Amino acid sequence: MPPKANVKACAARLQSFFLDAGAVPAEADILQPAEVLLDLYGEDIRARAYVTQDPMRGEQMLRPDFTVPIVQMHMQNGAEPARYTYSGEIFRKQENDPDRATEYMQVGYEVFSRDSARADAEVFALFSKALAPLAPRVATGDIGLLTAAVTGLRTTDDRKAALMRHIWRPKRFRALLERFSKPSTHVIPEPSEAPLIGLRTQKEIDTRLMALEKDAATDPISSMEVDLIEELLSLRETVPNVLAALRDIAVDLPQIATALHRFEARAEQMQKMGIDVEALDFEASYGRTTLEYYDGFVFGFYSDQRPDLPPIATGGRYDALTRVLGNGREIPAVGGVIRPGIVTELEGTS
Amino acid sequence: MTLKLGVPSKGRLMEKTFDWFGARDVTLQRTGSEREYAGAAHGVNGLELVLLSAGEIPREMAARRIDLGVTGSDLVREQLAVWDRQVLELTHLGFGHADLIIAVPQAWTDVRTLDDLDAAAAAFRRAHGFRLRIATKYHRLVREFLRDKGVADYQLVDSQGATEGTVKNLTAEAIADITSTGETLRANHLKILKDGLIHKSQATLFKSRGDQWTDEKRNIFKALSEKLDL
Repeated sequence: MPPKANVKACAARLQSFFLDAGAVPAEADILQPAEVLLDLYGEDIRARAYVTQDPMRGEQMLRPDFTVPIVQMHMQNGAEPARYTYSGEIFRKQENDPDRATEYMQVGYEVFSRDSARADAEVFALFSKALAPLAPRVATGDIGLLTAAVTGLRTTDDRKAALMRHIWRPKRFRALLERFSKPSTHVIPEPSEAPLIGLRTQKEIDTRLMALEKDAATDPISSMEVDLIEELLSLRETVPNVLAALRDIAVDLPQIATALHRFEARAEQMQKMGIDVEALDFEASYGRTTLEYYDGFVFGFYSDQRPDLPPIATGGRYDALTRVLGNGREIPAVGGVIRPGIVTELEGTS
Repeated sequence: MTLKLGVPSKGRLMEKTFDWFGARDVTLQRTGSEREYAGAAHGVNGLELVLLSAGEIPREMAARRIDLGVTGSDLVREQLAVWDRQVLELTHLGFGHADLIIAVPQAWTDVRTLDDLDAAAAAFRRAHGFRLRIATKYHRLVREFLRDKGVADYQLVDSQGATEGTVKNLTAEAIADITSTGETLRANHLKILKDGLIHKSQATLFKSRGDQWTDEKRNIFKALSEKLDL
């Protein structure tokens, strides 16, 4: 670990780079109400964030990321379009990897703008420029392609909703897709003699029993559609080759057309901003295992020399998060964070 | 320097542990008055018996204050992060069997598997405005199990005892708890999910992986291992 003073100096340098790009500095409290984060990420966040108890305010969390408080701040009083930058510590438990840092700096840049393609390209180009001296390996993806493919499946809304719920849990998603592609094995359960206890009502049980029966009568998702989704998820090539493959897939899976156009528009904007799109890697399943809020373009920057280190920078689009936190309002948003601690470490070794 | 062996300080777990070691010519016994937690070990020179609550043995091994310990495999997995880096499982002792399971009301005829639980949790959250509550004292084990199985929209609520009563008392919708015969579950109108077995626990002899292992401790351990046929 490099000395903290060096990391802070690096953070200041990165933040001034984002300020020069037109961002407004933003701050977030270190103690965050736990409830919002638990509702968003579920119980898993407890294994990754430090939770503490305040006698008056209830459960509080040591800031596990900046995105949520920045979105909340913007949704309350932000003008459009808006660009923010922030710098500070975040705190993560590392129960399964005790060698990783539990407290580290992040410098971020977030854009709230209705021009999504341009904003995606802007953020990515800016991060590429900031990290260029490190010659990092770059990974990109787009979760919007998968969500579009699922939304357009020829099956019931319930099945689509079930798949959408598990987009960020690849193992579960695959199991569901497989089950939905086979004839149902549902057996109508025996009625129970036991008294009903607890909050869940008989009506809720009956509703689900009916849903199960209805689902059992549903035709399986066609193997063609399943194969196309598998094909889409396995795409891993340069952007032009992926785009060509997607155009082929879109012939049979027309629901991805809009997401494909967004991808094309983004690639065009990236080109304009000086990114070598021809050589840019794209991986369709990238970004599905992180905390579940990215729902479009995703990216990460890695060191090839030091594969033991966490990513130097990560980011992506999170339109749905602004909808969840916006109390009826929503605005497309994209952003990312750089870890100055990793940057400093790499600068020291190169 | 002695080799410290931590053993549960009371009840059947203590007696059966004493029996297990006794059958291998290592005599463990309590000394002093009935209420005093002092013990002695005979049969291996340098072996020291430390009587502790079963729940404290994992922590004490991780802290290197004891070198060996007998406790439930569930407690070690629950209390220690990356437990297998901190302690080594030497042998199962063949008693103290208990299963950590997930159970829901028997009247939930629509819920038989984790898959059902996941779907019911999603609907429950929509209907009630909060995540379905699972009462347990095994937070780490349950959370890791449910994450691995891809169950979402639940929350864990802490229950340190009488967990089977939480559903009836409206403080939880489901439970994750230890059971050996399932009788208490049935009496409380609960049923185990078909694929809801989280961990099969039993009394186990562990060795601390700390850096306290001097040559002297190693030699005592070698003598003990031969007696125990480890």
